[in-house]
Amino acid sequence: MTTVVQSPAVLADREERAAKSLFSLAVRTFLENRLAVACAAMLALIALFSFVGPLLYHTNQVSANLLLENRPPSWAHPLGTNPNGQDELGSLMVGGQSTLEVGLAVGVLATLFGLAWGLVAGYFGGIVDAVLMRVVDALLSIPFLFFVVLLASFVTPTLWLIILVITAVSWLSTARLVRGETLSLRTRDYVKAAEGYGSSRPRIMGRHITPNLLGVVVVNGTLKVADAILIFASISFLGLGVPPPATNWGQILTDGVNNLFDGYWWQLWPAAVLIVLAVLAVSVLGDALRDVVEKRLQYR
Amino acid sequence: MSSFVLRRLGQAVVIAWIVSMLVFLMLHALPGGLVRAQLGSKPSSYAVHQLARQEGLLRPVPVQYALWVWNALHGNLGFSYKLNQTVGSLLAEFVPRTLLLVGSSLCIAVAIAIPMGLWQGRRRNRVDDHVLTTMMMVFYSMPSFFLGVVLIVLLSIWLPLVPSTASNFGSGFGVDLADLILPVLTLCLGGVSYFSRYMRSATIDNLLEDYVRTAYAKGASPRRVLLRHVLRNSVMSTVTLIGLSLPYVLSGALIVEALFNYPGVGLLFWNAAQDRDYPVLLGVVLVVTVATIVGNLLADIAYAVLDPRIRYE
Repeated sequence: MTTVVQSPAVLADREERAAKSLFSLAVRTFLENRLAVACAAMLALIALFSFVGPLLYHTNQVSANLLLENRPPSWAHPLGTNPNGQDELGSLMVGGQSTLEVGLAVGVLATLFGLAWGLVAGYFGGIVDAVLMRVVDALLSIPFLFFVVLLASFVTPTLWLIILVITAVSWLSTARLVRGETLSLRTRDYVKAAEGYGSSRPRIMGRHITPNLLGVVVVNGTLKVADAILIFASISFLGLGVPPPATNWGQILTDGVNNLFDGYWWQLWPAAVLIVLAVLAVSVLGDALRDVVEKRLQYR
Repeated sequence: MSSFVLRRLGQAVVIAWIVSMLVFLMLHALPGGLVRAQLGSKPSSYAVHQLARQEGLLRPVPVQYALWVWNALHGNLGFSYKLNQTVGSLLAEFVPRTLLLVGSSLCIAVAIAIPMGLWQGRRRNRVDDHVLTTMMMVFYSMPSFFLGVVLIVLLSIWLPLVPSTASNFGSGFGVDLADLILPVLTLCLGGVSYFSRYMRSATIDNLLEDYVRTAYAKGASPRRVLLRHVLRNSVMSTVTLIGLSLPYVLSGALIVEALFNYPGVGLLFWNAAQDRDYPVLLGVVLVVTVATIVGNLLADIAYAVLDPRIRYE
């Protein structure tokens, strides 16, 4: 049997780590990643632009004004006007609201639903697991856009319906992830101990397993927000978005694509830049959060 | 091995059965449907009743489902009144073109992504890795239709090399090679950005493994370690990803076909949705889903061939 001799530096480092809480460690790891901080700032700016912008920059986004259609950028309209004669900059602000709302709502709903599903499948195991996961497999093998097209050809989409539809495809991989993690967590000693002194199953799942899943699940949820924004844009491109006067970045981008050969560049690029920036920022943020979670796991 | 294949085959059949039920129930739950689509918005109640009886819609739903499955198993997927053709013949015409589009994009994407991810993993955190990672993240952050538009602007407007929309609606494989370039490129770039990320992290993980150190200790050259040892172990995860990515690629094909007017099954479906061409919608969803399930099955079997540990789980 050999004893590992620790150098004083390592011991000092360990003491320092122990002194700091896991939370401050997480915050520090995050702040060290400058790119992630920049992305968080970018998202805050985009949110301000969409939600506070319309309060400062008043435009008519409800009725069409065909006298002003497709005007190039000018002092009166910094980003020109769209095919309905509405101010493009104002459209982007209003469109940002529904885009961000869909992204966020899908991220939250898909995470909650996937968490519950995966938790039950992983914790109960056996036949429950088999049935629940076969359902997930079945849904995962459906090319979802075909279903979206199908659905939207029969009913007029509302923002909530779109949120539900995107959630219906987004929770699947979360459920898989949570199930896998639960399978390993349920064999831990503290779970066995809780079972030993008679905790109920809901309590074990809620109080003992879920808190240890949160990190992974939050990272996953962040990436779901990025995917949801992209899916929402694709749905709008297929003409299945929320009908006007409601708008979103995907819809604005689609109008730009349809007028591509007319040379109305101001209808195309600003919306594209906003979507790419938002999705990039959310993805980078998700990756940074993953680093934070992994660092926390090292010290668990 | 054969028991593994049999078990996976059983699972695939169960999944296909669940999907077919979902598709059928969903179409029945939706308002409007077949009768409205064929008779217009204000049919007489007599005509509605006639048609419903003729199409078997008055029978109990489970019986309708059973009949539909029975017919589908015999290759009879119904008749499109809008296009005046059987769904089977429509699929026979449109599916091969989508297979061509999706198959060639996937092959090219994997052929680029594997060496690229391997290279990035080896050159981790160097300048070239950062440049490639950033580029791939930007591609990944674009809605696929916008990526297509960027390619149109670059290759069809600025440098007029290829047509921006497919012009040719011939039968069978009747697609000009030039018409294929932009759709394939669009799907392909999306695929590369997806696969290369996983290939890169698999390479990084594998480079830290003990067997790599052993190989170096035995005196293998870095080139041999990378190409002989790391490559084979890193490719595995990409193989399963191909199977799992099929629904996304097919969804991508729907968008790309709509954007470039490429006459594949996505465009057929898209037009059928606008006409509420019920039998075509049902047939396409079924065929596309079964294709995905078969693709997943093949990927799993390929995975088991590559990695014997999987079979004994």
